[in-house]
Amino acid sequence: MAWFSKKPRIAVDTEPQAEPRPSRMEGLWAKCETCDEIIYRQELEKNWMVCPHCEHHHYWAARARLAALLDPDSFEEFDKELEPQDPLGFSDTKKYKDRLKSTRKNLGEPDAFISGVGRIQGHQVSVGCFVFEFMGGSMGSVVGEKVARVFERAHELKCSAIVFSASGGARMQEGIFSLMQMAKTSAAIARFRTGTRPYISVLLNPTTGGVAASFSWLGDVILAEPKALIGFAGPRVIEQTIRQKLPEGFQRSEFLLDHGMIDAIIHRKDLRAKLGQILGLLG
Amino acid sequence: MATGTSYVLEFERPLIELEKKIDELKVLSTSGTVDFSSEISKLEKKAKKLQTEIFSDLTRWQVVQMSRHPNRPYFLDYVHYLFTDFVELCGDRAFGEDPSIVGGFARFDGKPVMVMGHQKGRNTKENMARNFGMPRPEGYRKARRLMELAERFEKPILTFVDTPGAYPGIGAEERGQAEAIAVNLEVMSRLRVPIISTVVGEGGSGGALAIGVGNRVLMLQNSVYSVISPEGCASILFRDAAKADKAADAMRLTAKDLLEMKIIDEAIAEPAGGAHRDPAKMAEALGKTLRKHLGQLAELSPDELVQDRYAKFRALGVFSGR
Ligand SMILES: [Zn+2]
Repeated sequence: MAWFSKKPRIAVDTEPQAEPRPSRMEGLWAKCETCDEIIYRQELEKNWMVCPHCEHHHYWAARARLAALLDPDSFEEFDKELEPQDPLGFSDTKKYKDRLKSTRKNLGEPDAFISGVGRIQGHQVSVGCFVFEFMGGSMGSVVGEKVARVFERAHELKCSAIVFSASGGARMQEGIFSLMQMAKTSAAIARFRTGTRPYISVLLNPTTGGVAASFSWLGDVILAEPKALIGFAGPRVIEQTIRQKLPEGFQRSEFLLDHGMIDAIIHRKDLRAKLGQILGLLG
Repeated sequence: MATGTSYVLEFERPLIELEKKIDELKVLSTSGTVDFSSEISKLEKKAKKLQTEIFSDLTRWQVVQMSRHPNRPYFLDYVHYLFTDFVELCGDRAFGEDPSIVGGFARFDGKPVMVMGHQKGRNTKENMARNFGMPRPEGYRKARRLMELAERFEKPILTFVDTPGAYPGIGAEERGQAEAIAVNLEVMSRLRVPIISTVVGEGGSGGALAIGVGNRVLMLQNSVYSVISPEGCASILFRDAAKADKAADAMRLTAKDLLEMKIIDEAIAEPAGGAHRDPAKMAEALGKTLRKHLGQLAELSPDELVQDRYAKFRALGVFSGR
């Protein structure tokens, strides 16, 4: 069964897990997380990582997402050279420095965010996307800085801003510095909003903690992918606090739409067109 | 006013017991014929030495316990000591009133200001009402409403941070806890009046920061400020909630730590043995510091205030590359 990926466990807490397990679907075949159907991997990729049987939206890697959603060859990456430091000399079961090194080696990314400038249906956008598999997409100084620059660049270029969020929250290993990224990114948005271009925030599975409670929920328009887990506190923390089981569908996109907390839920197959449509109206 | 049942932390106990003995001797001295005065002065010297020994070098985990001390002065205690004419303003005008954040206009040195802070309870009943100082979205939305009022009337804003964190509950999530916090961060960053935020107890993550975006960020000596509670950090990263002391060390969350890391502007010394041992004196020291910073910020124009606050938070972060 080695060519089937293991059923992934996505554990989300208020803050990210030490070693998150995003859905990895390696090998020629993959098994759907939801309906257990075996899918030919290429077919899944062609289908934006959406299960053709049950429409489950599997994790879609940041670079693949940007390549598919932006106009062909329009993406120019910025701030690639920003790299994380270890301001606290943090160590838990492993040294933070070593964790950074091994994660980078595995993923080929220096931190959990990719950003730059591109186009969607001809509209220029300053865009960023989380790399969730990098320490649960947790936000430390590098992510915060890159996010702030997405808005500064958009402001300078007088173009729209789009951020795709998938994050467990602040990166505990950077302590108070990671908390302060919430203020920094939100301040950058305040400044961006003195202009007239829109910020479209797209919430992916999962978006929680300090990322949800800062720039992610500050979109002029807030979209979410179907059934994404989105909220402030992680479900486990809430269950432990209130000592009762959470209702079915709690903190999922559909729940948030019902409660008036997001603008719309967009299926991946429609995402590029929807973004283009909004940019056409506002961008 | 650290009244109510007195609570004693384990490491405070030797000192508290010695002081009790001194008090007993004093009572005996006044009522009886035997003179204990030399014994008393000996013990008082000993108590002073013991106090220095215990409190001059608290571990981070001990500071965490101090920051949560049930006798520690809370926001409304500082209102009592530092402000006059306090008019409490309630409600978010949308859903409800959240007593875990209290705010309103008041006078500081005779001049009107907006004051607000997290408010914990002194006993179970109060804590039920105040939700242990853990706000729900309506608390943050009330705070935002009051801050915008302050801006409209050109009054400085003084916030007092003291919360374990924003409340993790079903209703809080339904009503947009994350959104409420996020909006406060954005709004505070652009307000055109001076803002001074002081962590007086627990600075628990985003729930603290949501009223903490100030031109000046101050901390009392035995307060803490962190991205997650030491217990939370321990259970997630150390896989053991009992390792909270280790997590506290790893996160470096005391006023001294944050001053060293240039996150805060000033750490305010507490009376010997901690703020709860002499709330009036603590309030006096805090008032003096607030006065100084308010004076400095009064020199700035509204544009400069916004720029000053923006630059302060924009600069926070440690990374390599340009
Ligand atoms: Zn499926």
